[in-house]
Amino acid sequence: MISKEEVEHIAKLARLELTQTEITKMQKDMSAILDYFDLLKKAPRAKTEIKKGDLSATRTDKINSSYGMRDKLIGQAPDKKDDYIKVKTIL
Amino acid sequence: MMQDLTKLTIKQAHEGLKNGDFTSVDLTKAYLKNIKEKDKEINAFLHVDENFALAQAEEADKKIATGNFGLLCGIPCAIKDAIMVEGQKCTAGSKMLENYVAPYNATAVKKLFDVGAVILGKTNTDEFTMGSSTENSAFGVTKNPHDITRVAGGSSGGSAAAVAANMACYTLGTDTGGSIRQPASFCGVAGLCPTYGAVSRYGLIAHASSLDQIGPFAKNAEDTRIIFEAIAGKDTMDATSVEYNIQENLESLKGLKIGVPKEYFSKGIDPEVEKIIRNVIKKAEDAGAEIIDISLPSSEFALACYYVIDPSEISANLARFDGIRYGLSEPAENLLDVYLKSRGKGLGAEVKRRIMLGTYCLSSGYYDAYYKKAQEVRELIRQDFAKAFEKVDLLFCPVSPFPAFKIGEKADDPMSMYLADIYTIPMKLAGLPGISVPVACLPVGREKLPVGLQIIGNHFQENKILSIATEIEKIV
Repeated sequence: MISKEEVEHIAKLARLELTQTEITKMQKDMSAILDYFDLLKKAPRAKTEIKKGDLSATRTDKINSSYGMRDKLIGQAPDKKDDYIKVKTIL
Repeated sequence: MMQDLTKLTIKQAHEGLKNGDFTSVDLTKAYLKNIKEKDKEINAFLHVDENFALAQAEEADKKIATGNFGLLCGIPCAIKDAIMVEGQKCTAGSKMLENYVAPYNATAVKKLFDVGAVILGKTNTDEFTMGSSTENSAFGVTKNPHDITRVAGGSSGGSAAAVAANMACYTLGTDTGGSIRQPASFCGVAGLCPTYGAVSRYGLIAHASSLDQIGPFAKNAEDTRIIFEAIAGKDTMDATSVEYNIQENLESLKGLKIGVPKEYFSKGIDPEVEKIIRNVIKKAEDAGAEIIDISLPSSEFALACYYVIDPSEISANLARFDGIRYGLSEPAENLLDVYLKSRGKGLGAEVKRRIMLGTYCLSSGYYDAYYKKAQEVRELIRQDFAKAFEKVDLLFCPVSPFPAFKIGEKADDPMSMYLADIYTIPMKLAGLPGISVPVACLPVGREKLPVGLQIIGNHFQENKILSIATEIEKIV
């Protein structure tokens, strides 16, 4: 069984606040699922190289006007001042 | 007495509009009336905007009056609430986005608007499309129109139920591990999951980017083809999308080589479901198809492989919900607490579970054992299908091991919920297209529950899948 400390550590990495009840349930659920993953150990090694995706599928570096969208996007921010999105002090 | 307009297929409704039997406004009002009457009970819709829908219908009627209009013009539809429709709320079934208003149209939606579609509203989904029953929606479960004590399937349960209950002529859903085909099977409608890359995902709220695909639900396979043709194709805003024109030559069952993978009839399948699927395969054989028993030996690893890859991608994709730029934001003293509290409060149990699993699988020390291993297994699964399609044209198999299950039956046990997707997941890992078409109804208690047949094809073989699905609809 995955430990309470491990769950808390992963939750911290994932930036999730979990309640004590959630942590207990998470221990149980994650353990059952991770046990199921053991099945993968039985799988044979792939004989061929894993095909990498096409990395050349990029857009041309062209500026498209998104002026109309700008206000809508900033408008969604929970905390803002004029055209700026406000965040808490980092330092 | 006037005919029930909401029972018409896209083709039939188009004919009616063309002949002037009714207008798009008539059609739209008929669907809005159905939604009002039925949706309190079913809960297929998260939002319906009557004025928005009627304004589009009036526009469509103007276009129809010119005589120059396409098959989807003026036909009312609904969109899964993970796909953005500009100016409408887009919650993805999450408290995190409860008040989020879509700033632009998804490409698939824009393409529907371009051909004159009428959008009635947004349909229910498991939170961020993660689930198999819509029980993970923050806004209540969608009930199965065939038996309201049972789930409609998921995650696109709202889209499937809306078509099944005649609350929309067709709908868009999304399929990451089975989220179109499984609810289509549970609700007795046709649902197509296109080839990975066939339809742009721009404007779809991302779940797992190497798997997500948008696709249609409709009353029959022919209708799903019309919608698929309208939304498919290359989009500069989705680098995985490709130029695609579906072939038009209809294929027939005569001489068709149908592969039946033995791993899809192993233990765990409801014997009644197996009987139904075997019976359809027999009918296809009687109609001239050649049935070939095949094996996809890596199938047994597919579910484990998926539940490593899917949460890993989720843990990255959902990092965007930080309480800063949009969505739910919890007041806190410092920046870290804004993240922790907003995500802790805004995300539901299944989403948290998958973020945790993904973070675990990608964390230092575990990456090779889980993520890297899963990628290798994914390659094995791809090779299995590639080998199969050297010998056969299509694969026939069940969509789900069982018909729609009871609400609450699997809600507390994630592993048993994941197993509901055991037959829809493998082909997704190979990026293949597949459809679910209703083939029979299974009497369970006083109700009759639909069962779908899954037809899987090779990449970009939607034409073959859809032609044969139409043939199957005729013989069952």
